[in-house]
Amino acid sequence: MKKSRVIQLLGLILIGVLVGFGYTHRVRTDAGESITAVGSTALQPLVEAAGEQYSSTRTGIFINVQGGGSGTGLSQIQSGAVAIGNSDIFAEEQSGIDASKLRDHRVAVVGIAPIVNKNVGVTNLTQQQLIQIFTGKVTNWREVGGKNLPITLINRAQGSGTRKTFESYALKGHQSADSQEQDSSGLARSIVASTPGAISYVAFSYFDKTVQAVNVDGVRPTKANVRNNRWRIWSYEHLYTGKKPNQLTEQFINYILSTAVQKKLVKQLGYISVHDMQVQRSATGKISPMK
Amino acid sequence: MDKIRESLLKKSIASKIERRGKIISLICLALIVGVVFLIFYFVASRGLATFFQNHVNLWQFLSGTQWNPGTTGTNGQPAVGALPMIVGSFLITILSALIATPFAIGTAVFMTEISPRRGAKILRPVTELLVGIPSVVYGFIGLQVVVPFVRHTFGGSGYGILSGTFVLFVMILPTVTSMSADALNAVPRYYREASLALGATRWQTIYKVVLRAAIPGMLTAIVFGMARAFGEALAVQMVIGNATLLPQNLVSPASTLTSILTMGIGNTVMGSLQNNALWSLAMILLLMSLVFNLAIRYIGRKGKLSNER
Repeated sequence: MKKSRVIQLLGLILIGVLVGFGYTHRVRTDAGESITAVGSTALQPLVEAAGEQYSSTRTGIFINVQGGGSGTGLSQIQSGAVAIGNSDIFAEEQSGIDASKLRDHRVAVVGIAPIVNKNVGVTNLTQQQLIQIFTGKVTNWREVGGKNLPITLINRAQGSGTRKTFESYALKGHQSADSQEQDSSGLARSIVASTPGAISYVAFSYFDKTVQAVNVDGVRPTKANVRNNRWRIWSYEHLYTGKKPNQLTEQFINYILSTAVQKKLVKQLGYISVHDMQVQRSATGKISPMK
Repeated sequence: MDKIRESLLKKSIASKIERRGKIISLICLALIVGVVFLIFYFVASRGLATFFQNHVNLWQFLSGTQWNPGTTGTNGQPAVGALPMIVGSFLITILSALIATPFAIGTAVFMTEISPRRGAKILRPVTELLVGIPSVVYGFIGLQVVVPFVRHTFGGSGYGILSGTFVLFVMILPTVTSMSADALNAVPRYYREASLALGATRWQTIYKVVLRAAIPGMLTAIVFGMARAFGEALAVQMVIGNATLLPQNLVSPASTLTSILTMGIGNTVMGSLQNNALWSLAMILLLMSLVFNLAIRYIGRKGKLSNER
């Protein structure tokens, strides 16, 4: 009994000494400077990659990036739980968010386009046809010049930034009919690829050989067409902060907006740089030429 | 003399250790109970806010068929009708339990009565392996195999209650099987011996004696499987199509409480109606799992009484 007590005591002392030693000799530069960015999964890859580059050049700085969705990002930044809230949509568009308490930083632009299964026989739709398809007035591809195939709508989840953008700019504010919903772009694409007669919409970076991107009113979904607003279905990627972000947050956002990141990383990851835009859009959807 | 007196009156080390252990386990228990109550309180406080704060009619919530929180429905109230999800959840749960039960009982009978040695050696490990497979794997297989199969065989887009039922069937089968096997194993040996001594065949013994005696245990197993099916989110979400429509048939896209919850929760803001409505769905889920739990206890108690009689 006695002996084990002594050993226990010794062990405790040893642990105490080690912890104390570690504490006094900890690397000072690692003094816990870190910021957390939470929200949109569409923006996550860019912030993650930029954060990695940023912290690789500066010791002791960490950028934590988490998903969770635009709504989470906005509500977390509003409650002050994180430093940056990532969002696909304007804070003004989200109910329950007081946009006047937040500061908007637009760091990239994303183009969104309808995609269809390869076998529907349609490569171009007018906006009117698109609205008719998504509101359920047209239910067969034959009616819009395709094959005799029933149309299967695949929507994104309610409240998703991609869906909000698509409904405002592709459907002119019409609400999509109730239909299947998927909660990620990747899943939506793979379902469109494997389901006959399916139509959905994804960001340009999700285009691949398995699905057919659709022209709208004869305009091809390309980055060049987004820059001059000929392709109207696009949205900003926002980093929201409080009115007074701390120094590190500000520096990091400036880093993402720097030419180095905008010219290389943003393009590599399939986004469109905000520097290249020839127009700008306000929260209410007003288009004006870039100054 | 004094020394002996002292040692008798003083608490021994062993009793001290025992007291310490008792306190530690009590703290653990209190912590878990506390967490359970906190979860209930939190879900209820958020879930009830839909009705008290946003003034949604409870009946309209349960019977409405329009689900689009954030917009107003045809009646001028927020469109938070949860009926499609409730129907979807119940349909998929009941159907998968209906399909799984015969298979599970058959397997369990084989494992315990017909070939106990092979059952213990091969079948049990295999079913236990099925339990360990993560649900995302089931969902992925469902998406790549079950959905095209349903599309080719039954028509439609392949997404719907039927695909969800097939996936859930495989997921709850091992749970129901191993619990049914336990129930069959628990039937006293002398029941079988008495039956055989009376001249009954093995099938007669199984059918008329063992299965009857094990009914409470097997019902518990089925309810357990249903509870698991009801709460399963990811795998179902991948194959059911997630359309908040009342299912017209088994191959039309539908949705369950869990699938709408997991899809929506990241896109809403805490405290808004959209968010509260999702919490109300979570509350329904929680209440249902409570009901399943109570059912299991009730069946268990009933079974005991009839055995003792």
